[in-house]
Amino acid sequence: MTTATMPTQPPARPPSGDVVVACKGVTKTYGKGDSAVRALRGVDLSVHKGEMLMLVGPSGCGKTTLISVVAGVLDRDGGDCSVLGKDYANMNQAQKAAFRAVNVGFVFQAFNLIPTLTIAENVAVPLLINGVPRAQALARAKEVLTLVGLGDRTKDEPRKLSGGQQQRVAISRAIVHKPKLLVCDEPTSALDHATGQKVMELLRGVAAGEDLTLVVVTHDARIFEFADRIAEMDDGHIIRIIEGQGLRKATHVAENPLGK
Amino acid sequence: MIRLAIKMIMGDRLKYLGLLIGLAFAATLITQQASIFMGYTRRTWAFIDDTPHADIWVMDEQVRFTEDSKPLQDVVLYRTRGVPGVDWAMPMYRAQLPVRLADGSLEMTNIIGVDDATLLGGPVRMLDGSLEDLRQADSVIVERRAAEGDLKITQADGTTRPLRVGDTLSINDNAARVVGICDTRDPFYWQPSLYTTYSRALQFAPQQRKLMSYVLVGAKPGEDVNALATRISDFTGEKARTAKDFASLTMWYTLINTGILVNFGITVALGFVIGLLVCGQTFFNYVVDNARYFGALKALGVTNVKLLAMIFTQVLVVGGLGFGLGAGCAAITGILLKPVGVGFFMPWQLLVGSGVGMLLICLASAGISAINILRLEPGIVFKS
Repeated sequence: MTTATMPTQPPARPPSGDVVVACKGVTKTYGKGDSAVRALRGVDLSVHKGEMLMLVGPSGCGKTTLISVVAGVLDRDGGDCSVLGKDYANMNQAQKAAFRAVNVGFVFQAFNLIPTLTIAENVAVPLLINGVPRAQALARAKEVLTLVGLGDRTKDEPRKLSGGQQQRVAISRAIVHKPKLLVCDEPTSALDHATGQKVMELLRGVAAGEDLTLVVVTHDARIFEFADRIAEMDDGHIIRIIEGQGLRKATHVAENPLGK
Repeated sequence: MIRLAIKMIMGDRLKYLGLLIGLAFAATLITQQASIFMGYTRRTWAFIDDTPHADIWVMDEQVRFTEDSKPLQDVVLYRTRGVPGVDWAMPMYRAQLPVRLADGSLEMTNIIGVDDATLLGGPVRMLDGSLEDLRQADSVIVERRAAEGDLKITQADGTTRPLRVGDTLSINDNAARVVGICDTRDPFYWQPSLYTTYSRALQFAPQQRKLMSYVLVGAKPGEDVNALATRISDFTGEKARTAKDFASLTMWYTLINTGILVNFGITVALGFVIGLLVCGQTFFNYVVDNARYFGALKALGVTNVKLLAMIFTQVLVVGGLGFGLGAGCAAITGILLKPVGVGFFMPWQLLVGSGVGMLLICLASAGISAINILRLEPGIVFKS
């Protein structure tokens, strides 16, 4: 698989029967008393195996809180939420860490590549966390970096790469250990339009190839076309799920996202 | 992950150097001041070290340190020789007497009189002449620092030269001839020292009823010196101390009464506090600077235990290197300061002690940093 072979505008795929993320009535409140902020006010959400779901909405609507809960890096206050059939509420911190290490990949808005490591070492981190021997982990990291077109830069430090290249490294790190769920936070917000499109093509391609489920938080209407479904959030709720024809409309209202 | 942890901290050369310099500074501060303190402390028992044959020193109960000798009756010597377990017992005279130099000036000196027959208690390291030369009439052996310093000869043309073998002195109006130059350890209380025989020292000394300062005792092979010292005390009615106990008595008297314990203690303690602050601040900054990456690692599935192992490894590796550099700098400083007479002694025990101190500082710093890491929400990675 190379970047050149990846689809530019894949059709929306019908969700499979397997539910990877199942949230019902999820609540989360930050702070207490008068200063309490109710970030999630009873979110219901299902994400199916192999689909790319985009979470959109205005700033402060709870998108990041929701993916943090789904990714298992934030504890919810109420409701039910299972990922791959497991509920984080039944796990201690170490078990959650172990679950994430095996099953979840992350793509961050700010990339979060460790600046003192080479890009191959950065990509190898999830494998090392899972106990893969260093040499084996680095070999696999190089393999994945080759897939994203960075096979000749494995010994470079992240600062030597452009924003788009760094995001490709981050994607490589997210998929190197073959997780089942990929959580992406604003993966294109730090990139120009063309680079953003390429990054999304890459994500779409790896998702298709690995049967990976993606939850993508974004403000960038230009990438809506890559989604299978879009969940629009506001004020701690999911107010609308857009799919099929609605998705195509949303794709063409970049200047006025979600018809607001 | 441990290898990555080391690379994480060493990868940013500038920050790593800053960290290393901070830790090396803390280590230098601790080891250098402690070594100077040890150096001066060690000088307090220099006279006992320069008299290595004596296992036990018999003295007046009121003696508080080596220079504080109080006269004993001669009978103490004979009683000591009668104690079971004593191999030999010899008298020693030690007192301050004026020496008139060739230019007519007077200097107060320590006159040390050692047993006429055996010369036990005499100087061990001779630079010129030999200990046996003390058997010659009117002979004295002068300690090197005195020969080159306070007792140096002012010549007719106004120039000076060190006192040499063959030169003469007047000790308390008695003629004396230099037959040797010896070397002794740097003492804490320094005064020119001259060695002579016990009987000749008594001739130099003003007449008193009691003149003997100490009885030096050698224990029979296999004898328990502590038990022997107790027996001598019981038998003679005077205080018998092992060389080690006498050194300890002298050390504590000097440390407490000169204030160097308090002064150096404060400096060494400050070294630890400053070291802790430097270390703690440096590591704290490192963790704060890298919180995003530690958060990312947490999100990716690194457990708190593994993160702690990473932090402690980073701290211990950099702390170890910093300590090595700092201790090396302190040792070089000691070598450079030696010619100007600064007491500096860095035994391995001090290195181990300060290394343990540094380790505690590093562990405390790592602990402070670890609190931040443990409290770090992995969700931080989703905040831009």
